[in-house]
Amino acid sequence: MRLTRHGAAAWLLLATVLAPAAQAAAFKVTLLAPAGDARLERARLERGYLGHPTGPAADALKLALTDGRLELDAAGASLALDVVEVADAAGARAAAAAAEKAGAAALVTDLPAAWTLAAADAARLPVLNVGAAADALRAADCRRLLYHLVPSERMRADALAQWLVARRWSSVLLLTGPGDADRERAATVQAALRRYGLKLAGSKPFKLSADPRERDLANPLLLTQGSYDAVWVVDTDGEFAASLPYRTALPRPVVGDGGLVALAWSPRFERFGAPQVTRRLVKAAGRPMGAHDWSAWMAGKVLVAAAAAAPKGPAAALHQALAEGEFDGSKGVKLSFRPWDGQLRQPLLLTDGQSVVGMAPGEGVLHPKNVLDTLGADAPEKLCKARS
Amino acid sequence: MIARSRLAAAGLVLGLTLPLAAQAQVAYVSSEKDHALTVLDLKTQAVTGTIATCKRPRHLQLTPDRKQLAVACGDSREADFIDLATGRSVRRIKLGEGPEIFDISADGSTLYVSDEEESVLGIFDVASGRRKGEVKVGGEPEGVKLSLDGKTAYVTSEVANVVHAIDLASGKVVANIKVGKRPRRFALTPDGAQLWVSNELDASVTVIDTKARQAIGTIRFEVKGARASDITPVGLTMSRDGKRAFVALGRANHVAFVDVASRKVTDLVLAGKRAWGVALDKAEKTLYVANGLSDDLTIVDVPTAKALKTVKVGRVPHTVVVVE
Repeated sequence: MRLTRHGAAAWLLLATVLAPAAQAAAFKVTLLAPAGDARLERARLERGYLGHPTGPAADALKLALTDGRLELDAAGASLALDVVEVADAAGARAAAAAAEKAGAAALVTDLPAAWTLAAADAARLPVLNVGAAADALRAADCRRLLYHLVPSERMRADALAQWLVARRWSSVLLLTGPGDADRERAATVQAALRRYGLKLAGSKPFKLSADPRERDLANPLLLTQGSYDAVWVVDTDGEFAASLPYRTALPRPVVGDGGLVALAWSPRFERFGAPQVTRRLVKAAGRPMGAHDWSAWMAGKVLVAAAAAAPKGPAAALHQALAEGEFDGSKGVKLSFRPWDGQLRQPLLLTDGQSVVGMAPGEGVLHPKNVLDTLGADAPEKLCKARS
Repeated sequence: MIARSRLAAAGLVLGLTLPLAAQAQVAYVSSEKDHALTVLDLKTQAVTGTIATCKRPRHLQLTPDRKQLAVACGDSREADFIDLATGRSVRRIKLGEGPEIFDISADGSTLYVSDEEESVLGIFDVASGRRKGEVKVGGEPEGVKLSLDGKTAYVTSEVANVVHAIDLASGKVVANIKVGKRPRRFALTPDGAQLWVSNELDASVTVIDTKARQAIGTIRFEVKGARASDITPVGLTMSRDGKRAFVALGRANHVAFVDVASRKVTDLVLAGKRAWGVALDKAEKTLYVANGLSDDLTIVDVPTAKALKTVKVGRVPHTVVVVE
């Protein structure tokens, strides 16, 4: 476990000096990130698969704390950030417990699902998940204090399904990769297809291979025979999906993990002041803001807003402000956490990497209370027992 | 048609623009994606031409002598000054990284502009084009308005959800007034006593007492059939007598007429998609509404509170200014 203290602490001092309020609360936040993050290996970063992380979560999280400095100063509160790298679930558990002992008011986790749960179970603190999209964390494995900034797999599948409905591309060929995560995510996609009345034209596994004996599994032309309106590719790894568009047997669009992808953010997003947010990360960290960055940045925004709303603490007041607050994520609407599973409700962007093709929920999509709740698990489903 | 190509003969340009100056009853609409202003004849309610300007023009305002139109451009990061008599750009000055909304001192000498990239209020000498100074403000500043005495500048920060009151003599922020979520634009009552601020993500306008420098009221907007999250007020203006305000409600595609004294909405008028910029004509009988997502301008009859006509303008219209 490696502990790094950051400049955030320096302006914490400054903020306290300037703060008008008498009892300024200095909140501490710990970010748990994977040690030797395989997602950030150079070759993966260079390929830039849509929706994959483009850099450490700490960069965007720090940016949000810098963005919020004035608001915190005015409220007389401050936030200091520690970044702790953990190597496995046990490491996450130990780091979470240590952070709680050291007085942290909240944890931010950019970890795989199992590690996220280990951290959440080790501390009685709000845990802001910015890395794990697994639906289980919002359902069977949900926790009372676990919040999700990153959109769930189901939200992303719903967003694409809405788009297919709007385009009337109603017959879908599903291609699924070989991993366990692929199988789980393909089940999520199938559920979304059913929910939106789309037809499954076929479902096939694929495999990256040049072996002629496996050509049925590996050759896009053979995989995409048949009749369908769109190909939905589920490929957690990303390599196959990125190369699938334009290699299908029929001239049909590819969606899912290649072609058109539903994401929390895109550096090509032009509306609601998005370019300013993207450029600020360029200035601070030398890269434009991607979807993973946005979730980390949003965690910081949420913490700033909660600290400004409950500047005198205690931790319980901060937690309440977080749970009940409404936040601005530069997506044009106020964002808030769903009480039933801790997921941040948010619009998603549909992008091919070149432009933001559309947004979900799309125009004409209806919901009895909040149209954002058409993406992901809704209250009546009662999938999260820990919060009911 | 006063759209001007570089190849057009000078005499031809002059011949075409002079009649316009003589009529001088036009509305100018900036369009973010055309790098041009659309010119609308108020009498015929028809577009008569365009004026090429700097890249991504957004906010427009007349200079105090009403002889020039100042344009702030976000992409080419400059202000363009267009001579209204000739319809031509007379000079441009550089404005920092991301100029958005500005105000000009009553003597016309100084331009104050929000810079959404650098999070500052930039202060520029209009005559020399030189940067005279800057004041650090909260993230993504937008609305800028000078007090009537010219001593204070008000600036919104969309990120910090405050209005800064800046003392211009000392260049210091003297008050941070908490308002609603994502504050955008201002209107000042004619006596200068109240500052109205639109809150884009709160479906509301906050009323600030400029003397006490604090919020004294909130006007919440409701539109039948629209949820609060779809009501995103941005542009607003006030009648000369300070009795009525007009607030464009963004995604709710309506303009609200507000009685200033009672702070009650009296009428809601349907406009185009994402109604933002608003301007009244001199007689205050007609309201012009720029619709950012339907590329058009809605012309509203004020006495009957009815939309009369919608005119196609440039791509992504932002601000409208009426010159009579």
